[in-house]
Amino acid sequence: MTDSAQVLKKTSLHGRHQALGARMAPFGGWEMPIEYAGLSSEHMAVRTAAGLFDVSHMGEIELAGSDALDAIQRISCNDASKLEMGQAQYSALTTPQGTLVDDILVYRLASDHFMLVVNAANIGKDYAWVSEKIRSAGDVVAVNSSSRYALLAVQGPAAVEVVQPLVGIELSELKYYCFANGEVAGQRATISRTGYTGEDGLEIYLAARAADAVWQALTDSGKSVGLVPAGLGARDTLRLEAGMRLYGNDMDENTTVLEAGLGWMVAWEKPEFLGHEVLRQQKSEGLARKLIGFEMVGRGIARPGFSVLVDGRPVGRVTSGTQTPFLKKAIGMAYLPVEYTTVGSQFKVEIRGRPINARVVPVPFYKRRRS
Amino acid sequence: MYPSDRKYTKNHEWVTIAGGEAKVGITQYAQEQLGDVVYVELPEIGRSLKRGETFGAIESVKAVSELYCPLSGEVASVNVELSEHPEAINVEPHDTWMIALKLADSAEVEALLDGPSYQALIG
Repeated sequence: MTDSAQVLKKTSLHGRHQALGARMAPFGGWEMPIEYAGLSSEHMAVRTAAGLFDVSHMGEIELAGSDALDAIQRISCNDASKLEMGQAQYSALTTPQGTLVDDILVYRLASDHFMLVVNAANIGKDYAWVSEKIRSAGDVVAVNSSSRYALLAVQGPAAVEVVQPLVGIELSELKYYCFANGEVAGQRATISRTGYTGEDGLEIYLAARAADAVWQALTDSGKSVGLVPAGLGARDTLRLEAGMRLYGNDMDENTTVLEAGLGWMVAWEKPEFLGHEVLRQQKSEGLARKLIGFEMVGRGIARPGFSVLVDGRPVGRVTSGTQTPFLKKAIGMAYLPVEYTTVGSQFKVEIRGRPINARVVPVPFYKRRRS
Repeated sequence: MYPSDRKYTKNHEWVTIAGGEAKVGITQYAQEQLGDVVYVELPEIGRSLKRGETFGAIESVKAVSELYCPLSGEVASVNVELSEHPEAINVEPHDTWMIALKLADSAEVEALLDGPSYQALIG
């Protein structure tokens, strides 16, 4: 046995992915579908019609108790007190250094009951972190319910059209970053107007055993609009076009929330939270480096880990990079010293020993037209 | 599937040989593994390459793979069409060559795989 022979977890839809002929690969400790018919066609389907993703590898940590809100306010940087029941919010679990333990979605399930949706590779780390940080926080318990949930994402301009016939609630009334409990194709589910693609879409949390029936119902319902199964490959190129950061690539425990360009989700009015002193200091004194978006000017594709050069000197690294199917450009993100981060600034990316021109562009690279 | 008019390598390249010159492309199997090819980086004409040396790279949306020179020789020409139409490799992998080599040592050809051996390799 080699190290790579570690036991990978499988979602409840694993058999279906195999039957669909998906190319499977390890991701965050899970064996996940990377692509079905092809990454580019799946990416385009999500931009123009709809795609169906199995993202059951994502983790769910629930916090409940009369002190749950206070606990969340202390361990994350956004303001969870602004959430009404039925609303969700993007946030981060922060370290005392203002860096990211993880980026998360916070759902307010009830006044004293919250669900944190966390990255697959971080489930164990986050659960241990949260449990430790809330130990002396009064009436609050943390439960790792990741294995109970499957998560399906229907993403694309036709997503509502695909899901509406299968649900009782009126989806046109479900606003962005809101959710509702109900049934999808007769199975109890939480339906959330969220996603990681830059398109309109819904994410459906449901019992793992119900996932296969709902996958089938969504597939049938989506036939007429061109819904296709889409893998993590397309999910990655879609999120990058939309300027969404990927934990482990574009941010981690060595990058602060501000360096990662996520200052908009810091609730400065909160008196304190983990890492707030460092973040307030960075805010007042300015940053030394930050994450920028770039596109290649010369020919070549920048990939994660490639060096960024200014005047022949390495000044940073590419964190994400690909050739995107929709924009048909080589784009990426990188950490650079702030003096090189003005939009339009040119630098070079070292691609297999050759310095190739690139320039800083605004993020997101792609923005959908809102109806 | 893997015609006998050419030789193959364990790195999933094909080689046709005529008059001391070898043309190199990638196999059907390789293009299936790569997915949609979006960029091919090729060497300069005149460059001398040793067998096994990296001569370029081929990139799909999701990954980059290095290209290994199957035989020693000098780059006689490169397929310039690929800079505009890299997807030709997905459409007709066995009709889309990448580089032509003026061979330095024709005895090296003996070490390449024939069609049935390559088929056996990929299973």
